[in-house]
Amino acid sequence: MGNELPFEKPINDLRQKITELKALSEEKGIDFSEEIARLEDKCKQMEEELYSELSPAQKMHVARHHGRPTSLEFIESIFDDFIELHGDRLYADDLAIVGGIAKLGDIPVTVIGHQRGKDTRDNIARFFGSPHPEGFRKALRFMTQANKFNRPIITFIDTKGAYPGNTAEERGQSEAIARNLREMAGFGVPIICVVIGEGGSGGALALGVGNRVLMLENAIYSVISPNGAASILWKDASKAAEAAEAMKITAKDLLEFGVIEEIIPEPRGGAHRDLAVQAGYIKNSLEKHLKELRVLNAEQLVEDRYNKFRNIGHYRLAEAEAGNDASRAEAANSSQ
Amino acid sequence: MQIKDLFSKKKYATIPSTGSKRGDVPEGLMNKCNKCGKIQYSKELEKNLKVCTSCSYHFRLSAWERISITMDDNDFVEYDADIESLDPLDFPGYAGKLEQQKKKSGLKEAVITGEGTIGGYPAVIAVMSFDFFSGSMGSAVGEKITRAIESAHEKQLPLLIFSTSGGARMQESILSLMQMAKTSAALSKFQSAGGLFISVFTDPTMGGVSASFASLGDYILAEPGAVVGFAGRLVIEQTIRQKLPDNFQTAEFNLQHGQLDKVVHRKDMKHTLTKLLDMHAVKEVAISGE
Repeated sequence: MGNELPFEKPINDLRQKITELKALSEEKGIDFSEEIARLEDKCKQMEEELYSELSPAQKMHVARHHGRPTSLEFIESIFDDFIELHGDRLYADDLAIVGGIAKLGDIPVTVIGHQRGKDTRDNIARFFGSPHPEGFRKALRFMTQANKFNRPIITFIDTKGAYPGNTAEERGQSEAIARNLREMAGFGVPIICVVIGEGGSGGALALGVGNRVLMLENAIYSVISPNGAASILWKDASKAAEAAEAMKITAKDLLEFGVIEEIIPEPRGGAHRDLAVQAGYIKNSLEKHLKELRVLNAEQLVEDRYNKFRNIGHYRLAEAEAGNDASRAEAANSSQ
Repeated sequence: MQIKDLFSKKKYATIPSTGSKRGDVPEGLMNKCNKCGKIQYSKELEKNLKVCTSCSYHFRLSAWERISITMDDNDFVEYDADIESLDPLDFPGYAGKLEQQKKKSGLKEAVITGEGTIGGYPAVIAVMSFDFFSGSMGSAVGEKITRAIESAHEKQLPLLIFSTSGGARMQESILSLMQMAKTSAALSKFQSAGGLFISVFTDPTMGGVSASFASLGDYILAEPGAVVGFAGRLVIEQTIRQKLPDNFQTAEFNLQHGQLDKVVHRKDMKHTLTKLLDMHAVKEVAISGE
């Protein structure tokens, strides 16, 4: 099975047995229905146990599953009348970023996402979803346009990070990311960001300064990919599983840190198992948050976003020897 | 002695080295230039603002050294000296490494913030220090820089940041990443209200710091030879499978590619900053004339 993840083997083995047993029962005309029912129950139970407690490294595998829906698939499934727009008007059309205008229900919105390829050729054209500066500037152009026409902005985050290449550096990779962070902070329209797969580094954050940041259940989001962290910290990229554990990259961790507002559930086994169901979950969530944000005016939206990010961080005041809570309270005070 | 002995290979006695690496100089007294190799008296080097007297290589400065050569005498007031890092992720080895970095550098974190005057012009200043945890940005650095930006905003003072950093601090993972958004959001408010922000890249400024506040200056200066970029040279070489030129990501390379305004020699830095501040000091007149 090409779609199998390593930890899914026991379940798939069992499922295989059930199929064989069914075939046998038909072929020989023997009634195994009781055994089959028992095995199916067992299979279901195993699945429930496995998927309710995936380790960070296992989630990383689900998030990187090659069949996991991409931004374009979600856009097509969630929105109506999507018109894809292209180019940064400065240099190129970076295919690692897609976006355009569409309707969420009755509401026109601007939707933008990182776009991984669906096969090797597509991946090469899209730089595996890792944008160059022109990609970030394309996204910024769409967002500026949304701000002008008072359209909410919805972004899908799904990238290992900004593309590490010489031409990307020459054209100002740092500046492109930094500018997006600053400009996103200042837009007077609602911004909702959804981490759908892997959120890695500044390349992810460049679409991530939203009033609400949501994450799919098995998505991951961190400052550097677990593989990168392992090779820097322990000089061993194969220790990615340990790094995934240490870096607290899961939706649950990020909800605890106050970095995200909501975890969007996935169909059992992961988003790749059922695109329509997953798209439905995301759509419900987007509509709920948009409804809440649309009552705020431009100034309130900017303030809401500012406060969200202003309060993120854990530090202490040396003399006070204060714990997390005290220092977070301190951070909250200083922003008022 | 037989005649054949004349042709045999002589054996040389090996004198064990005393443990110091070749080329090392006694700590403190002399300094060897990282670029041209010239050995010079530390005192002479210091008098030259830690710029090599032979090839103009700019040695890295600690935050306090930078403050002492930039700010006018005796009027620097430090902000938030008590902010320190926690270990929110319980990350393996982080707490110990923080202690070790504090001892090594004598600093509590990788940035010093405060206010004072430069050439007589008051300004809020943040200076990063590479000698603390490679100048990496975690929650504490992000908080100190954000507070400095907010102070400049409140007091309507110009803001000056000298950056040097290996990037975001991995040991705080997502919280480090979010400091990029936090500092940039604070700059959004400050700059859209008319605040002046001068950013100075010093060697090296990479990753999460170059991809956030450091690249958002109204004016961006850099010291000669400073390496500035997003991704590291090695990562890029592995990705594109090519060797990169020696000058890749240097200040001069970035100037050539339109990424900064001016490369400024250390001896001219204070003067250049003073001129820039002076140009903006007439702001009140412009506003009242509107």
